[in-house]
This record gives sequence, structure tokens and C-alpha cells, in this order.
Amino acid sequence: MELLSFFYQQPELVIKLLGEHLLLTFVAVGISAAIALPFAILITRVPWLTFLVMGAANLSQTIPSLAILGLCIPLLGIGFKPAIVALVLRAMLPIVINTYVGISEIDPAVIEAGRGMGMRSWQILTAVELPLALPVIMAGLRNATVICISVATLAALIGAGGLGELIFRGVAMVDQPMLMAGAIPTALLAILADVLIGRLELTLTPQGMRQ
Amino acid sequence: MLDYIFAHPNEILELTRQHLQITAVAVILSILIGVPLGILVARTRSLQPAILGTASLLYTIPSLALFAFLIPFLGLGDKSTILALILYSQLTIIRNTVVGIQGVSPGIIESATGMGMTRAQILTKVQLPLAVPLIMAGVRTVTVMDIGIATIAAFIGAGGLGVLIYNGIARLYPEMIVAGALPVAVLALLADFILHRVEDFLRPRGLKAVR
Amino acid sequence: MIEFQNVTKSYGGGVVVLDGLNFKVNEGELVVLIGPSGCGKTTALKLINRLAEPTGGRVLVDGQDVAKQDPVELRRRIGYVIQQIGLFPHMTVGENVALVPRLKNWSEKKRRERARDLLDLVGLPAATYEKRYPRELSGGQQQRVGVARALAADPSIVLMDEPFGAVDPITRRQLQFEMRKIQSAVRKTIVFVTHDIAEAFLLGDRIGLMRSGRLLQLATPEEVLRQPADDFVKEFVGGDNPWRKLDFLRVRDVAQPLNGDTTNALQAAPRIADSTLLKDALTRMSGEHAELFAVVDEAGNPTGSLSLMSVMELIGELASEDSSSTPAH
Repeated sequence: MELLSFFYQQPELVIKLLGEHLLLTFVAVGISAAIALPFAILITRVPWLTFLVMGAANLSQTIPSLAILGLCIPLLGIGFKPAIVALVLRAMLPIVINTYVGISEIDPAVIEAGRGMGMRSWQILTAVELPLALPVIMAGLRNATVICISVATLAALIGAGGLGELIFRGVAMVDQPMLMAGAIPTALLAILADVLIGRLELTLTPQGMRQ
Repeated sequence: MLDYIFAHPNEILELTRQHLQITAVAVILSILIGVPLGILVARTRSLQPAILGTASLLYTIPSLALFAFLIPFLGLGDKSTILALILYSQLTIIRNTVVGIQGVSPGIIESATGMGMTRAQILTKVQLPLAVPLIMAGVRTVTVMDIGIATIAAFIGAGGLGVLIYNGIARLYPEMIVAGALPVAVLALLADFILHRVEDFLRPRGLKAVR
Repeated sequence: MIEFQNVTKSYGGGVVVLDGLNFKVNEGELVVLIGPSGCGKTTALKLINRLAEPTGGRVLVDGQDVAKQDPVELRRRIGYVIQQIGLFPHMTVGENVALVPRLKNWSEKKRRERARDLLDLVGLPAATYEKRYPRELSGGQQQRVGVARALAADPSIVLMDEPFGAVDPITRRQLQFEMRKIQSAVRKTIVFVTHDIAEAFLLGDRIGLMRSGRLLQLATPEEVLRQPADDFVKEFVGGDNPWRKLDFLRVRDVAQPLNGDTTNALQAAPRIADSTLLKDALTRMSGEHAELFAVVDEAGNPTGSLSLMSVMELIGELASEDSSSTPAH
């Protein structure tokens, strides 16, 4: 119980940092989705782009998140903005990949049937491809959200706030209650996001495709 | 951009060695724990939700928070880092082992049973060899992931290339961040490449692609 | 009506898929295109609804060059059924069938009624099946929905690309029987692609044999058997055998026994002696447009029934038996 003392000593600080954490996450996921979705749809239409994008995406995975954050500093300074850029760079990948896979794994016969029946390509996209890919796209968004919550803890290092601040300060000051006040809400937040978006994923799965 | 690397080759080599050591120990222990757990889960389906559920919960927790949780028990340094990496890796290794074993076609199992093989023999002579490529794919994923996450561990005093990234951020010294990030990326790509080869090499000959 | 005028299709690198196709499919006629894989039959089909474009020549639908029409509008006037079916898994059976009417902005009520009628027509009572999802149906049932969907906007033309190729043999035969029934009810202009010679004999008003992008012969099943255009056609339909066997087989050899029950249809059917040669029975059937005969013995007592289907089925089986035993060329 000793470990939890920070929570009732400084609840308003924990809540403020939690708020910052959520803001970082939501803004980053929102921007990522807005860029990644159209982009992913584009690469399902242009095969040579797919190859290029997937290669670049895999390469980008090898750069540590910490380094991406750090390297945003010389370009954008410290604070909220560079942190958002770094988070967006990390969060786009799962959305792009899942959207791409979700659409390209649709049975080609379904698409051909649609074309053969006289659906226009935007009708096929909106009435067939997107609804069928929706569960997979949502799984990508879930992934992106969990990743953002995780990388946002590191954002404290470049002055963007968030719950990571308590973890870093807790380590530096050898203050375990402070450490826990950062770690526990972060972990719960990630788990909660995972579960809630997972639920949403199920509700959005078209009825005919539920197991 | 690369000035720091050329000015401090010995420091970088030493940090790379530390980084590799942490990752290697973590990956080897992850295999030793994860593969038996995977076999257990594959054969005892009632355990599947509990074990896979726990592993995926651990996987969801942000890395910085997971490190923080272990500090009160194992203190700062290698031990916490390695345990955190092991906990992280379990989901991927267990899942790939289970899928590899359960993916062996029922016809093959039935004919092995019909030939008078015991359950243990079927496991060691049929299922595991056929599952090796998938298990190795899991090991590869985990290794690349661990190399990245180990950078974060520098803040709990575990050493490795993350030290340069942290210090680079603290001193607003981009060359130093690059000096940490670039070797990490190279290590990750190299590990991916080498483990791909190992995967091909360990693939049972009958399953190799005909060239 | 569909007309191919000197149609060619080739891909870069000089691969010729279609080599000067000239033929007409008349209003209300079911033409089966058949031939070994790679003969160009599916490509020919796709030229009609512009899922593929010809390199040379013209394809006319109701006298109009399809190249001059909006492909989307064209396709909405032509039903299309493919082997992989391609039902939309996220839509109910009813929604799948009502899709083209929806694209054509029919009223909700009208398209729902249409979907229900069609489901009944293909043997899937709407009350039971309308609200189900495709994955809850068997392969054969799914293809029935596929056929209903193609007929939904009442197109005058339907294209079918090996529609029954992926279902088991018993279901396939059932679907073929249904298909005949449906066609005699709706009388669409149908181009039907298959590699199953028995299916071709069962369904085709005329059969078009294709090889290497050319149409070797387009004629009634009987003509194809009696006067094959060349040796390839002859071998494809089983060499001399099917026709020669029809010379020896008599009606009593293939007639269905009565089993005590006599249906009304059978009582109204023309009579045929059980000693008649099958070949002559076939000639009578096509001459009289009769699909069913009541078989009688020498004393004139009814002993069984003979359907056109069973004769065509037999010919198809004889043909496919035989062509599979002749060495490939």
C-alpha cells in the first residue's frame, strides 16, 4: 500500500498528466488515421507503390521510438509538437498495414462480381471493400492506440508531459510511489484502450461475417 | 551527422556489446520459457485462455511502465531489463509455437497414430519439426523487437546503445542520438537478415521451396 | 441478341487469346461455349460485359457496339454469374439479390418484392432464406442466390462462367435441372461457359466448341454429335462412341421405371414404344419439342418414362467417358 501513497498525496498531478497523456494519444491517433487511411487505399490501387511503402515501413520499424523522439528536437524543438510528430510516425504503420491487408485480402471473386454487376469503383470501395475490411482496419487502430499510449510515456523526455514524467522522475529520485503513480495508470490505460476498441471491433464486424 | 560515431568508436563498440548481450540473454531465456509453454498450451486447450490471455496482457503494457513495475522487485539494471524483455516476448513465441503445432494437418497426426507412435513421439518427431519454421519466425520478430525496446532500458541503468540516445536528448545533441539510433537500426536489420537465413536452414528439407 | 464480328484479342508479346470470332446468339437462346482450358471461352464471355476489351473487331449487344457504351450501364443490363459466386458476405441473401435494382434506384418495396420472387424461383423460399447470410448456406444454395442475383434487374442477357464448376456432382446435376426449368420460365439470352461436356449437352440450345481462340463449330447438340466439324470436335464429344451407342441402345435401356406412381405430367406426355432406338427418340424429341415421353410396351401398357434430360445426361456421360480415355493432343 505504501507504493500507492503518491496517488492520494497528489491526485491532481496524476490526473493532469493523465489528461496530457490522453490528449497526446488521441491527437496522434486522429492525425495518423486521417493520413494513413487514404494512403492505404491508394496503395491497394497502385501495386508498385505497395512494394515501396511496405519496404519503407519495415525499415522504419528498426528505428527505436526513443530515437525518433530525440531526432524530432532539432527540427521542431521540444514540447507537444515534436512529440505528436514522433507518435504519428509510429502509429501510421499499423493503420496503413491493416487497411491494406484488410482490403487486399477480400476474395477477388466478390470484387469481380461487383464489377460485373455494374458497380462503379467508388461504390465497390464504400459498399464492399471498406465494410468488409472494417474489422481489420479497427484492429489496426487499436494497435496504433496502444502503441501511442506506450510511446507517449517517452514523450515526457522531450517536455511533452504525460504520465511518463512520473516514471522518469521516480527513477531519478528513487521514489517508488511516484514511479507507480506513473506506471499503473499507463498500464491500465493501455489495457482499457485495448479492451474497449476490441469491443468496438466486434460491434463493427458486419453481421454476416461474425463467427 | 555521423561525427560522434567516428570520434568515439570504442564507446560505441562497448555499448553495442552490452546491447547485444542483454538482447541475446533475453531472447534465449524467452525461447526456453515460451516454447515449452506453447507446447503445453497446444496440448492442453483448457489452459489456452489463461496463458495466452496473460501473455497478451503483458504485451499490452507500455514498455516503460513494465520496466517500472519490476524495479521494486529486482532493482535497477540488467535483471529488470531482461525480465521485462522476456515477459514482452512471451505472447509472440507462445502463439507461434501453438499455431505451428496445431497447424500440422490432422491427417498427418492420424496416420502417425495409426503407425503406433505415442503422443510424445508424435510431438518430438512430427509436430515440433514441422513447427520449427513458425517458431523461428517468432524468434526473429521477438529479437528485432527486443533490440528496439532494450534502448529504453538504458534509463534504468542497464547500459546499451540507449545510453547515447538518452544523453543525446538530455544534452540536445543530435549527433549523439544518431550514434545510438543508427547502430540499433543496423543491429535490428542484421538480426532480421541472419535469423531469416537460420529459419530457412532449419526448415525440414521436405518443406523447403523447390528452386 | 449478341453478335461477335471478327473479334480478336491478344496480349503484348504476341499471345493470341481470341482469333477472329464470328457468331450470333439469338434472343432467348442458351449457347454453351466449351473447350479445353485456355481456349479463350471465358475471355470471349468477358468481352460481352466489357470486363475485357477486344484488340480487334466488334461485339454487339442488341445491335449496339459495346465499346461505345458506358461499361457500368452496360453491366447493369446484363446478368453475370461466376464460378466463385462472389456473394457479398456482409449482406443478407435478400440484400445480395436486390443489389442491382438498388444500383438502379428501384423503390425499396419493388426491389424487395423482386428479390423474394426470385428466391422462390431458384428454389430458396424467401420466407426462410431472405434474412440469412451467405456463409450460412451450402455451396449449391449460394450459387442459387448467385443466379437469382444475376436475374434481379430482369436483364435480357445473362452471362454464366462455369457457374456450377465448384459444387459437388450431385448438387451440380440438381442445379443443371433447375437451370433448365428457370430458363424455360424466363427465356433469357444466355451465354454459358463450361468445360463439362455433359453439362453442355444438358443445357445448350446450341453448343460452341472452341480451341486456341477459334470457334470450331456452333450447332445444336444433336448436330455436333451427328456431324462434328472436324476431328478435334469429334474427339471432344467422345469420338464415334456416343452416337454409335445411341444406335444400339433402345428406349427401354434408359427409361425410368414407373414405380407404381403416375404423375399428371406423364399422362399428358406423348407416348413412345420401348423398343424405339434412342437415336430416333432423340430426333422425335427435338422435332416435337417434347421434354418427356411416356414409355409403353408392345401391348401399349405404360412401363416408364423417358426425359430429354436423361438422354442428354447419357450422351454427356458417354462423351466425357470417352474423351477422357483418348490421349490428349
